[in-house]
Parts: sequence; structure tokens; C-alpha cells
Amino acid sequence: MRDQDVSLVIGGDAGQGVESSGAGFSSALARAGYHIFSIADYRSRIRGGHNFYQIRAATRPVASHLDPPALLLALTAESVELHLESLAPDAAVLYDSSFRLDAGAVERSGRLAVPVPMNEIAMRHGSKVMMNTAALAAAASLLRFPLQRMEAVIRQNFARKGERVVEGNLAVARETYEQVRRSPAAARFRYRLPGLPGQPERMLLHGNHAFCLGAVAAGCRFVAAYPMTPATTILEWMTAHAEPLGIVTKHAEDELAAICMAIGAGFAGARALCSTSGGGFSLMTEALGLAGMTETPVVVVDVQRGGPSTGLPTRTEQADLLFVLHASQGDFPRFVLAPGDHVEAFETAMRAFNLAEKYQTPVVVLSDQFLASSLRTLDFGRLRRDAVPVERGKTRRPGEPPLPGERGPGGGQEDGPAAGRDGYLRFAFTPDGISPRVLPGDPEAVYGAPSDEHDEAGHITEEIDNRKRMMEKRMRKLETALAAGEMRGPRRVGPAEAEVTLLAWGSMLGPASEALVLLEREGVRANLLHWCDLWPFAGEAAERELRRVRRGVVVEQNYSGQFRRFLRMTTGYEAEGLVRRYDGRPLEPGEIARGVLKEVGAGVR
Amino acid sequence: MSVDQRAGAGRGDGRLPDGRHGPGRGLTARDYMTEQRPTWCPGCGDFGILAALREALLQEGIAPHEAVVVSGIGCGSKLPDYMRVNGFMTLHGRPLPVATGFRLANPAMRVIVVDGDGDAYGIGGNHWLHTCRRNPGLVHLVENNQIYALTKGQYSPTTEQGTRTTTSPEGSIERPVNPIRTALAAGATFVARGFAGEPKELARLIREALHHRGYALLDILQPCITYNKVNTYDWYAERIVRLESEGHDPSDFDAAWARAGEFGERIPVGVFYRTEEVPAYEERVPGLKRGPVVERPLDDLDEAAFEALERELV
Ligand SMILES: Cc1ncc(C[n+]2csc(CCOP(=O)(O)OP(=O)(O)O)c2C)c(N)n1
Ligand code: SF4
Ligand SMILES: [Mg+2]
Repeated sequence: MRDQDVSLVIGGDAGQGVESSGAGFSSALARAGYHIFSIADYRSRIRGGHNFYQIRAATRPVASHLDPPALLLALTAESVELHLESLAPDAAVLYDSSFRLDAGAVERSGRLAVPVPMNEIAMRHGSKVMMNTAALAAAASLLRFPLQRMEAVIRQNFARKGERVVEGNLAVARETYEQVRRSPAAARFRYRLPGLPGQPERMLLHGNHAFCLGAVAAGCRFVAAYPMTPATTILEWMTAHAEPLGIVTKHAEDELAAICMAIGAGFAGARALCSTSGGGFSLMTEALGLAGMTETPVVVVDVQRGGPSTGLPTRTEQADLLFVLHASQGDFPRFVLAPGDHVEAFETAMRAFNLAEKYQTPVVVLSDQFLASSLRTLDFGRLRRDAVPVERGKTRRPGEPPLPGERGPGGGQEDGPAAGRDGYLRFAFTPDGISPRVLPGDPEAVYGAPSDEHDEAGHITEEIDNRKRMMEKRMRKLETALAAGEMRGPRRVGPAEAEVTLLAWGSMLGPASEALVLLEREGVRANLLHWCDLWPFAGEAAERELRRVRRGVVVEQNYSGQFRRFLRMTTGYEAEGLVRRYDGRPLEPGEIARGVLKEVGAGVR
Repeated sequence: MSVDQRAGAGRGDGRLPDGRHGPGRGLTARDYMTEQRPTWCPGCGDFGILAALREALLQEGIAPHEAVVVSGIGCGSKLPDYMRVNGFMTLHGRPLPVATGFRLANPAMRVIVVDGDGDAYGIGGNHWLHTCRRNPGLVHLVENNQIYALTKGQYSPTTEQGTRTTTSPEGSIERPVNPIRTALAAGATFVARGFAGEPKELARLIREALHHRGYALLDILQPCITYNKVNTYDWYAERIVRLESEGHDPSDFDAAWARAGEFGERIPVGVFYRTEEVPAYEERVPGLKRGPVVERPLDDLDEAAFEALERELV
């Protein structure tokens, strides 16, 4: 089998079904045995405006989209103008024969112009709306992709609409496929995606799917949210599975309510999640501190989009990092995790719920539009539930046997109990900062949890010595977590020794990893350090790796180089270069490689 | 109909099917006491509300561990600190959603919200409106002193127009909210008003609320002796009339609406409106069909079920 790695673009107007066509073709390619990485580029409006969908299909696993596309499937004449220059020099442009288009210009640019009477064929067998079927069949034909695979997807996608619609679409697909197959252009096109027999079945999922699977595997059974792109599909997926899995989902009146509901559920003992994007997270900040102060577990996932304010609602950015690290007044312990890819999103969700309960504090997961909505194939077995067993730490339910140190005198507490009348101190001073937590409902452990400063029993107090000790107790949980090895240092991708090291966090794992290969081709030996665990920061592990960096270039999706500043703040390390993007489009491996070369200059050659 | 007559009447009696709550369980007033001393001004109306809540729980046989009192921030919101009961003292304006989350995760416990007029009708007003139409099984006690007390005397959403406060030295310009009518309009299924100066009567009203199936709003006239020199104990006492003794029918929405318009020379107290026809929100939540979330094992998603979720993605 020849190695294949082909990217194609479907371009058209919003409302033309660009995204559903792209998803359908991705699914056909995945079922035919290809590894897929697809991104939708859509606008925050339902109709009008140019949209495109980029699919990458390869015979080995792929971690990112990759330019340049070898095929443009143009549903409008405008998409040809917009994409022509970014296509591979020997790419093909498929478009409807009726478009007023200068085919000569396409040919002069070296690309193959492939006009197909898609509209006409669609009209003949049904209606205009079948034109997308014709377009996909034309693309399949040009790529020598088996027709039966397309037929299967058509049958599945249109089954709901009845036999006539299915038959019409099938007829459209067959005729278009045949016409293109016999066209002279087809013979000149060198990119091929034949069927791949013997490949295992794979999942095709986006990052929000992966996160949801991790959450439910971890026992998350409460989700409260207010719809906000690109986080909404989390609430929707959870709600779609609410009844069979026994998940309570609540579309709240606003984000303040959403996080408060999650905190209330967390206080009751549920593993509770709140999903949002930066704007919603801004509204949640006060309540984040409530969770920190009352030592209530809650997981918040901020699926970042372009900011500030409403910003770029449907696009990607990593510009909430410093905000999330510092959000809400006062000092309190929090965890911040930023998964790098779909597998890590799954695992991070599971870890987040454990950390929230073990350390009785809020956990923020930083995802973004790129990770959340990029579709990717994964082999079965890649999502390992057993990698992160459920751990609740010092938590028990009413009726369960007492926890070690739950009751005085002494019993694991720093000194004897200033016992509440129940002899139970919800906020007991402990050497590790974590107090035994009995969930509400136990006759032997009735207590209050105030957002005001409080004593060990949970009574409000402003007493000086107590304040200091209580603050220290809460903050000590971070040291405990670090000492327990909860927080991971950077993951290294590529060789141990390199001339240039890319430094990245969150969703840039895939594009930066693929950039290494391109740099290698340019004769530059490069590696990547990628961080998922950002707070509390495993500083020693980071410094150990950073000491070996010869020339470091931070790769991130924001204007001000937030992660570069973060590294300086936590380790004193000053990266030499910064490759950034803040137009809402995901950094692409080729672009990263070129950016890195520019930053470190000729010195590396 | 008295509370006791209704007890055990099935749906809407506020009891759980397992009969976990019930009078005559050997509970005493001492069970609801803590060593913590209230920091309220001597004579504050909040004392009456605290006494009434303890009494209502005792009479209902709801033990301290079977209830959670969720409060906001303000003078009155310190109440859970002054009695033995599970308490969650949250943020200014946010106890309703916190309590709703608790209730949806653990509908086996009684959830009572206690907050101020600033919390409920001001900063948390959006939550309040949506809670009215959502109808979760919460008892909501609003300590309505018509002032922002903890912050030392600014006008609140219920301050009467023209009142001089530190933020309205020339007299407040806005007209006050009418909490009873607002709740009725927003779809609340139990709307009542009580008076902190009559703890026994107030306890009776709280018990009525505890028997309600969904969201029960109890707006409580609460004298603040320090920052509200207008609405004093005497001022209220002179004006209060009892809906019950005036033959008001709480099932009659139009009558409730009409009576809710009275606030001045006559201030009606008692239950304005009540219907048990609307299911509590949690009764209809699909995710709760398998029982309270907090009582289920965390690992109740078996291998086969997880694989089925993965297979959906093929
Ligand atoms: C977000 C926020 N804003 C402002 C405050 C300050 N604050 C505390 S209590 C309060 C008003 C209290 O009035 P009310 O809710 O009527 O309670 P009362 O003290 O009258 O019982 C305010 C404004 C706060 N704690 N949090
Ligand atoms: S200021 Fe008013 S509301 Fe606050 S404790 Fe004193 S009397 Fe009560
Ligand atoms: Mg007040």
C-alpha cells in the first residue's frame, strides 16, 4: 500500500451544507480505513458568508490539519477565488459547469480545472438540493475513492427522508461518479484515495466528544451550562445521554446560575461539570472562588474562542490562560489543565474529577474551538478508562465508615478538636491541607460551609490566628498535590537533543508535533515540549527540561504570548522566539515550521 | 386544611416516598441548637425567623441532617450559622441556583433557601424569576427588611419610593418591586407572606411551605431596627391582616392577584396562592429516573455501556 496523505477543501456559502457534507465525507473516508483530521471553518451566522471544511485523509495517524490541499470542491464560484492560491501546485478544482469562472486562470496557475454539470445531474434525478451529493461523488471519483463507500453514507444519511430521496441521491452519485471517471482531467490528477481493505473500524470524534466520554467514565452525572459556542456540544451530548446514563443536565438561565448549580450539586456529592467559553467563564469567576473557599469540588471546562468580549464566536484562540489562572478575588487553590488532543481530553476529564474531589477545590480545563470541534479518527482501545481509576480521596457518603482522622481527638488533625457539637470538623487543620469530607446527610456530621472565612467547624469567624491557619491549610493543598506527583511536567515529542525546541500548551500539541517533521525536512533538528498541566505548575520537571533547550520558540494562539510570560513567571525561563496567531484560525504545521525558522533565523542552518 | 391533615396525603405533601421524614422521631428543640451566638442586633427580626424555622423543622420531624439551608450574603443570610443544620452560605444573590443544583443532585434532602430582599429580588432577581417558573422543590424564605442592612442602610428593591437612605438622601426614586405579584406573574406555585414579629404563625407558614410540591416563596416582613426606621414592628403590626381569617381562597389565582396588590394601610399575610397541579421540576428530570445522583455508584457505567457510547461515533 502506498503512503497517502491528502487534504481537500469543501468551500461554499453558509446554509449550503458545507459542514454536513464535510462530516459525511470524513465519515466515508474513515470507514474506508483512512485516518482523518477535519476542521470546519464556519462563521457565526446561519446563512450567507463563505464557509469551508478541510479534510485530511492519510494512511497513518494524523494529528493536525495540513496545508496545502490537493483538491478544492467549490460549491460557489467565490470559493475558487478564495482558495486557489492556497492549493497545492498540482491540485484540482472541482466546480459546477454553470459557474461563471475563468477556467483558463485555474489552468494557468497550474491547477487542474474540473467542471462537472453537478447541478444539472442533481435536477435530472431529483432537485437542486442533491447538488452536494453530486459534488461529493465527483470528488470521490477524482480520488478513485470507491463508489460503494459513498453509497453507504448516502443510504445512512438520507434514510430518514424516505426511499425516493435515497434513490434519487444514489442516482445522482452514480452518474456524477461515472462522468468524472471518464473525464480526461481524472487521468491527469495524481492524488488517490483508494479503499483500504483490512483496516480496523475506528471512532470519528471531536474533542468535546472525547471530553464528554472521559467525564461520564469518571462518574460525572451532573452538568449545568448556558449555551455558548464552542462549548455547547458538551451540554447537548450530555443531555442526549441523560436518561440512559442517569445524568442530570440543566440548561440554566445564565452562567452565574450554571456554575452555582454545579457547585450546589458538587456540595451534595455529585461529580459536577460546568461547560462554557470565555465569556461565560467571566461571569462565573465569583463562584469559582466560592468553590475554593468552601472547598467544594467542581469541574469547569472553558472551551476558548477568539476574544475579547464576544470576539470571534466560532473561532479558536488560547487567550484565556492568564485569566483562568488568576480568575476570582483572593488566593485559593485551583487546578488548571489544558489537554493537547482528543485522547488527552478524555484522560484530562477523568483526572479533573479526581483532582476536584481529592483536593476539594475547583478544577478548570482549558480547551478551545480547534480541539473541541476538530474531527479525528481513533482506534478502539485508545480511550483507556483504566488509566485513571476513580479516586475520591478523603470523601465519604452518609452511612459509610468514618474516614481516617475524621474525628478527634488527635486523629490525624494537627491538634485536638475544637469540636463542633457533632465532634466533626469539616475544615479540620490537617498536615496535607485536606480535611475529611462527609457528604451532607449524615446524622453524625452536620455542618455549615460559609463563603465567609470560617473555623474548623465551619462557623464564620474573622479571628486572626484562625484566618492565617485556614488560609495556609487551603493553600497547602497545592503543595500536597505537587508532592504527590499529581502534576505532570512537559511531554517531550521528538529527539532528546535538538537545535530548536518548540514550547506549546493545550491544543497546539498536534500542529506543533507535525511541524517537527517539516523542520526535519528543512534540515533542522527540532523537538517539542508540550504542557497539559498548568496549575499547580510542576516547576522542577519544567526546569529540568528547559535547561536542555538550546533555542526555544513558544507556539501559541494569542496576541500577547501568554504562555511565554507564564514560563517566565514560573521558571524565569525566557523563550527566544514566539510563533503566534490571533486571527481565530488554527496554526497549521507548515506555518509553525516557517515561523520557527524565521524566529531563530539562519543560526540553525 | 391544616398541615397535619395533609401530611401523608401523597403527592404534594412534601414527603418522600420512603417516609424518611415524619413527626414523632424523638427530636427536641436542642437538636437544632449550636454553640454559635448570633451577631444580629438585639431585637432584629431575623431572630424570629430563626426561631420559626427551627420550630417548623422540629414540628415536621425533619432532622438537622436531613435538611440543608442555603443562604446568600447579608445580615439574615447568616442564619444557617446560628442553628444546627447543614448549611451552605453562598454568594450575594446566588443561593437559589446553588440550592437548585443541590436539590437536583439529591432530591432526598429538604432544601431551604434563606436570603435577603437584596439577594432575592435585586442581584439574584434573574434566578428568582426563573425559579418561579421552573418550580424546583425549594422552600424560599426571603428576609425582607426593605433595606440593605449588612452594608449599612442603602435602599433595596423593596424600599418604598421616597425613602431616604444613604444612597437616596433625597428619597428613593424607583418604585418598589411587589414580590408577591411578580412571583405570581412568573408562574410560582406557592406564594405567601409572613411576619418575623409572629414566630409561631411564621412557623406554621413555613410548615405549609415544606409541604408544597414545588417552589414555595415565603416573603417575610423583617424589621431591621438599625437601618430601617420606617418599617418597624409597630408599623407592620398596625397594618397586618390575615388572608385566612378574611376568607381568602388560595386556589383562586385572580383573588390572589387582587390581594397581592394591597401593601400600605393593609398588608395581608398568609398564603396568597397555592397549586399542587404543577409537578416539581425534579419530578420530570430524565436523569433522575434512576434515583438521586449522589446515591448511585460513581462507576455505574459498565464496559458494555461505555463501548456502546464509543460505537455511536463510528
Ligand atoms: C457581589 C457582591 N456585591 C456586593 C456585596 C456587598 N453586600 C453584602 S450584603 C449586601 C446587601 C444586603 O442586603 P440584603 O440582601 O437585603 O440582606 P440584609 O443585609 O438586608 O439582610 C451587599 C450589597 C457582596 N457581598 N457581593
Ligand atoms: S442591621 Fe438590621 S438586619 Fe442587620 S442585624 Fe441589625 S437589625 Fe438585623
Ligand atoms: Mg435586606
